Amino acid sequence: MLRKTGVPTDDLLRQVTPSEERLRRGPVAIFECFERIPCDPCQHACPTGAVQPFEDLNDLPRVDHQLCTGCGRCIQACPGLAVFVVQEDLDECSALVGLPYEYCPLPAPGDVVTLLDRQGRAVGQGRIKKVVRPGNRGETPVVWVIVPRGLAMTVRHIRPEGENRGADQPTGGHHLPV
Amino acid sequence: MTSVLEPEVAVVGAGPAGMAAALAAAEGGADVLLIDREHRLGGQLVKQTHKFFGSSDQEAGIRGIHIAERLGERIRQHAAIRIWLGTTVIAYYPDGVLLAEKAGHGLVKAKPRCLVVATGAAERHLAFAGNDLPGVYGAGAVQTLMNVHGVLPGQRALMVGAGNIGLIVSYQLLQAGVQVVEVIEAAEEIGGYAVHAAKIRRAGVPIRTRHSVLKVEGDSCVEQAVVARLDEGWKPIPGTERVLQVDLVCLAVGLTPLTEILWQAGCRMVWVPELGGHVPVRSETLETTVPGVWVAGDAAGVEEASTAMIEGELAGLAAAHRLRPLKEFDERCRQLRQALAELRAGPLAAKVRRGLARLEGGTC
Ligand SMILES: Cc1cc2nc3c(=O)[nH]c(=O)nc-3n(C[C@H](O)[C@H](O)[C@H](O)COP(=O)(O)OP(=O)(O)OC[C@H]3O[C@@H](n4cnc5c(N)ncnc54)[C@H](O)[C@@H]3O)c2cc1C
Ligand code: SF4
Ligand code: SF4
Repeated sequence: MLRKTGVPTDDLLRQVTPSEERLRRGPVAIFECFERIPCDPCQHACPTGAVQPFEDLNDLPRVDHQLCTGCGRCIQACPGLAVFVVQEDLDECSALVGLPYEYCPLPAPGDVVTLLDRQGRAVGQGRIKKVVRPGNRGETPVVWVIVPRGLAMTVRHIRPEGENRGADQPTGGHHLPV
Repeated sequence: MTSVLEPEVAVVGAGPAGMAAALAAAEGGADVLLIDREHRLGGQLVKQTHKFFGSSDQEAGIRGIHIAERLGERIRQHAAIRIWLGTTVIAYYPDGVLLAEKAGHGLVKAKPRCLVVATGAAERHLAFAGNDLPGVYGAGAVQTLMNVHGVLPGQRALMVGAGNIGLIVSYQLLQAGVQVVEVIEAAEEIGGYAVHAAKIRRAGVPIRTRHSVLKVEGDSCVEQAVVARLDEGWKPIPGTERVLQVDLVCLAVGLTPLTEILWQAGCRMVWVPELGGHVPVRSETLETTVPGVWVAGDAAGVEEASTAMIEGELAGLAAAHRLRPLKEFDERCRQLRQALAELRAGPLAAKVRRGLARLEGGTC
């Protein structure tokens, strides 16, 4: 299915989802990279060694979630824009998602944005917590967005309010408690 | 007409392959003439704003445009490399003379002892009614308009082709604020990397495989496109037609190597569809069947910038070695060939591997 739709199946996602226990413990990276392609920057970017050394350039990233601190360096480095960091319990009602975002203008902390899933469907509203701008090596900006609790594994993109660049999509879904 | 310049090595094309070839040849002690018809170095790289894959040892994770800047910097600093930009090579004569048209200078000539052809590839077109209407573009042209000239090619786009180029240019259209209505692909599956597909899917762009464009309509420019599902025999299924309101139809249906100079040189050429069309038969170090003429990059078979750079280095090194034998030549060739093999090892490079195997096995 992945090669027909471009959207990973639940089965594939399960393979890269950390354990419940690890998810509860704080921010952790999710590598949605399912295909052997010649690519390894995530491994070189990781400061803790959580991404295991590649034997072959085409290896899939193997991640030791116990070593991952959720710092998000791999998001900045990954050319496939395939890594996300999730923190499932930011507080009682919200979670945090760190995602790669290469659109102008970059959102600013406090902005309210539409939350999109892997198919670009609006699933609710979120608020920007922090934006990490690119350094001088052309890194991918990382947007940290507060999302309704329970949506950390669903939200994979954001859209500034009132904008629509993809196909014509209905909107709807959860709203962030204010 | 000016006198004939006699460089030891001439490199035609200053994309990643040609730049790497010029550097390797110059570092191997040769004096080099690097020629490109464009007015800046970089070839395809100058319009590639996305980050490249590949090994971290070889510029992976760096944006194409930055790779071009880095290589360009090294080339300009190298005293042994002369650069002719805005110069189109139009002929290669049996006596080894390259004839070129240089902007502002008319015709110019060079007679190199070694020639590296790194002319890249040209975009393919697709036959359908209305394909000559303004608003129907090649994906490469759209990329040049947007990323080099800062011109928006349209407001609502249909992308035809879901290989890496179709997926990446769709993403760049989105980044430029263009609505990408749909990406269609005639094959059963998406041809490009799933991570590129996922990027545009989460921005809301549908990708429909087994679909093609039947016709494009409009008075004086594109106003709508008709697409349909294809059956197993690649024929449109009646009743599945849909009309899309678009003002831009972008074709990303493949590239074909630019090989005119190689044909003129008399290189033995073979038809290898997996590599994009006619390509020259060549040795392990990319020398064609005409001694002293090398090929590198997309001109040798349509691939990637990462492989183009290594091929360029291999060809440039081999040319320098021909002029003045280099120490450790064999070892460096082995390393470069190893790096190429690694880049071509993944499942998505299977087609290229098949093409190269046929070429090497002489079964074309
Ligand atoms: C949208 C898109 C995205 C891509 N993304 C990636 C990627 O992520 N990673 C990757 O590795 N690769 C990528 N590629 C592929 C990569 O750009 C090409 O494989 C690579 O540029 C080929 O290098 P080259 O030097 O052989 O040719 P080119 O870059 O095409 O350079 C050829 C040069 O030759 C010049 N030339 C041609 N004929 C003549 C003549 N007669 N006289 C003078 N000059 C001439 C041209 O002007 C040009 O500058 C992408 C390509 C496209 C189109
Ligand atoms: S989030 Fe940080 S620690 Fe975790 S894998 Fe990525 S780079 Fe390594
Ligand atoms: S850098 Fe990104 S695309 Fe490359 S292997 Fe790592 S996760 Fe996959």
